[in-house]
This record gives sequence, structure tokens and C-alpha cells, in this order.
Amino acid sequence: MKLSYLPGCTLKTKAQDLDLSTVAAMGALGVELEELPRWNCCGTVFSFADDDLMHQIAPVRNLVRAQEQGGEQLVTVCSFCFNTLKRANLLVKENSDKLDTLNTFMDEEEDYKGNVNVVHLLEVLRDEVGWEQIAGKVQNPLKDLKVAAYYGCTLHRPIEAAIEPPNKPEALNDLIKAIGATPVDFPDMTTCCGSYQAVANPEIVINRTREILTSARESGAEMIAVSCPLCECNLKENQKELGELRMPVIYFTQLLALALGVDSHLHQCEQNPADARPLLESKGLIDACSATYI
Amino acid sequence: MKKINPHKTNFIRKVEEISGQNIGLCYQCGTCSGSCPNFAEADILPRQLMRRAQLGMKEDVLQSKIAWVCASCLSCTANCPRGIDIAKVMEAVRLLSLRENIDYVNPRELSQETIAKLPQIAMISSFRKHTA
Ligand code: SF4
Ligand code: SF4
Repeated sequence: MKLSYLPGCTLKTKAQDLDLSTVAAMGALGVELEELPRWNCCGTVFSFADDDLMHQIAPVRNLVRAQEQGGEQLVTVCSFCFNTLKRANLLVKENSDKLDTLNTFMDEEEDYKGNVNVVHLLEVLRDEVGWEQIAGKVQNPLKDLKVAAYYGCTLHRPIEAAIEPPNKPEALNDLIKAIGATPVDFPDMTTCCGSYQAVANPEIVINRTREILTSARESGAEMIAVSCPLCECNLKENQKELGELRMPVIYFTQLLALALGVDSHLHQCEQNPADARPLLESKGLIDACSATYI
Repeated sequence: MKKINPHKTNFIRKVEEISGQNIGLCYQCGTCSGSCPNFAEADILPRQLMRRAQLGMKEDVLQSKIAWVCASCLSCTANCPRGIDIAKVMEAVRLLSLRENIDYVNPRELSQETIAKLPQIAMISSFRKHTA
């Protein structure tokens, strides 16, 4: 199976481990992710203003790229790209006047016809591959590993862009189960990490991180799995401010790659309090490496 | 005493036009405030912002902190029993300042450490939400 893939800016720079582990794991599952030949930044956040069509150009241009590639589905794994592209797509599918305006403005492009579906990698794993098939391909079951699935905001809100019914987040839990680990439910699975307030109000993000880590730990989790590079950064970096409140944070695709026996790109993780390697090492899931808690 | 205009002022119309929401629908239940992870960092709650906006209290609304500490998480939007997309109202309130060229963040003042640490999606979304 071949699917159009948009990695996004962050996956080509700070979150290369997310991009590379995604491509490796999907390859092992027989899904070839074909990167769009010429994608652009989606704008990172969906514009909420009704009178602002300008900021829909960036996401819709990417949908034109997917259309050119002949793909019916455009896959993303970055939660921010997913939400922005999916919402822009819904907006122009439901408002033909807005689509006409955008198509007229982008007159150097072929018209976007509204036939592309934006999907998150978790949806591909659930709907195109299937949990049982994934379980059948596991080489290295992640036994005795208790993982809290942290979905964040953008996979479940708003409801029209959600990957599943928002009051019942389970896709990531199901994946964790399929790869042999134990999913841990905790109260903050879909609460906000503070998001872009990391720039203007970092204390907000520190408070959010404290709450999320505390509730994950009290629920018995040993590790947090995420899909969003901003959740990852916020939950990881702020542990430096939180003393003993430590919890490894990892991309779910890295766990998947590890279970499938392909390169999980864990070597790209920086050594920090949230480094997942010492825990994985202590469980015998990866070979001894030089990483230590600092 | 602040003068309260019972009719839709230009300010109310503008908030409704940008957000696409009918703010008159709010019946002050406070569910949005209870859903908001960041209310403690602000001076007024989301519910209180909605009330002030309904009453056309432009200065109070534009000077309050809540729209600026909002992280666009959409918890309020997901839970409002009146179906109001409160996150869009927050965006409208921000834009009414930003469109006057009053920025909340100055990219030039960010420390090297912040720039080195944060991923692009953090920077770009902050600039999208907090600068004109
Ligand atoms: S949840 Fe909705 S109805 Fe209730 S106070 Fe907030 S905006 Fe008003
Ligand atoms: S979108 Fe903003 S106002 Fe609404 S709950 Fe989230 S942080 Fe609070």
C-alpha cells in the first residue's frame, strides 16, 4: 500500500526521530509513505477567524499537492499538521464559495477539487492495517511496560476533526496493546499541555506538565507516549523544572518501530530527564546504551 | 459605574463577525470556565469574558488576560451546552487588538535558549496567535 505523506516542518528538524521512526515502522507493516514532492508549512494552527481566508491558503496548497500525486488520502503524524489540514479541508469542502475564492487566488495551481481525505497515522494503523495484523508482525513485544497514551488536544477536538469519538480516546491505547505493552488510562489523556504558550507564558506549560505527569504517575504509568512534537517538547523539557517528578516521554511511532524490530531512532533523543532509553534498557527492550538520567 | 449598552454595539457586532458565533446564546453556566486548563493564570474566567462581551464592555474585554493565556485547546468549545465555539470568541478578542498592531509577543525579544529549545510548531503558532 502506498499513501501520500506530509511530514511537516518540525519532523524535518527537531522531530526527525518522529519522521524516521514513522517511515521505518510503516515500511515494516507494508505501507509505503510517499512524501509529497513539494510540501509547505501548513501554518501550524487552523485559523479560527471567519473573515480570514488568507491563512487557509497554506493548508489547501498542500491538498493540491496531494491531489496532483493522485492520492485519495493524505497522511500526517504531526498532530498540529493533522488538525490544521483536516479543518481547512472540511472548511473548503463545506463552503464552495470559499474554495472558489482560494482556487482563483492560487491561479498558478490546478484547482483543488475537495477529494482528498486528511488522515492521522493512528487512523491508518487502525483502519488500513488493523491492530491484529500489527500484533502479528511484532518481533519484540514490549512486555511489562506500562504506557500512558497522551493524545493532547488536536486529535480529538473539535469533534468534526476528531480521529474517533472524543469522549472515548482509544486508538493509541489499542496500539500500545497490539505491541505487547500495557496501556494505562489516566485523567489527563486529552487535556492541554499548554501548547504554544511555551513561547509567551512558559509557566503555564510548567504547570500543565506537572499536572499531566502527576496524574500519569499516579495511574501507574512508567512512560508517556505522544504523537505531537509540541506535547513531546513541553512534557520533556519542563521536567528539568520539576525536580523528582520524572517520566520518560516517547513518540508512539518509536515504540511501534521498536516492537516491529526496525530502527526506532532512539539514538536521536537527547539525554534529558525524560529520555526513554534507561527505562527500556532496564526492561531488556533495548541494548545497553550510554544514556543516563541527568 | 460603567455604562452598559443593551443593544448590539459595533464592538459586539465585530466580535460576532470575526468569531462567527452568536455570543447572546451564552447563559452563563460556567462550563467553559470549568473546562479551561489556564483560567488560573488569568484575571477573569471564560464565562466572565462571555458576559462582558455580551454587554459590549469593550475595554474590559480587550484588557483582560484570558484570551492571551488561552492555548486554543478547545476544551471550552467541546463542552459548551449552548454550542458556542468559545475558542473562536477568544480568537476574535485577540484579533481586535492584533489588528490594531498591538502585539502580545515580540519575536525579537525571544532568548536564544527558547529558540533553540522549541520546535517550529511552537514558534509559528505563537506568532500566529500573538502577533499581528
Ligand atoms: S459554557 Fe457556553 S453557555 Fe456556559 S458560560 Fe461558557 S459560553 Fe456560556
Ligand atoms: S480554548 Fe482557551 S479558553 Fe477555551 S478552555 Fe482552552 S485555554 Fe481555556
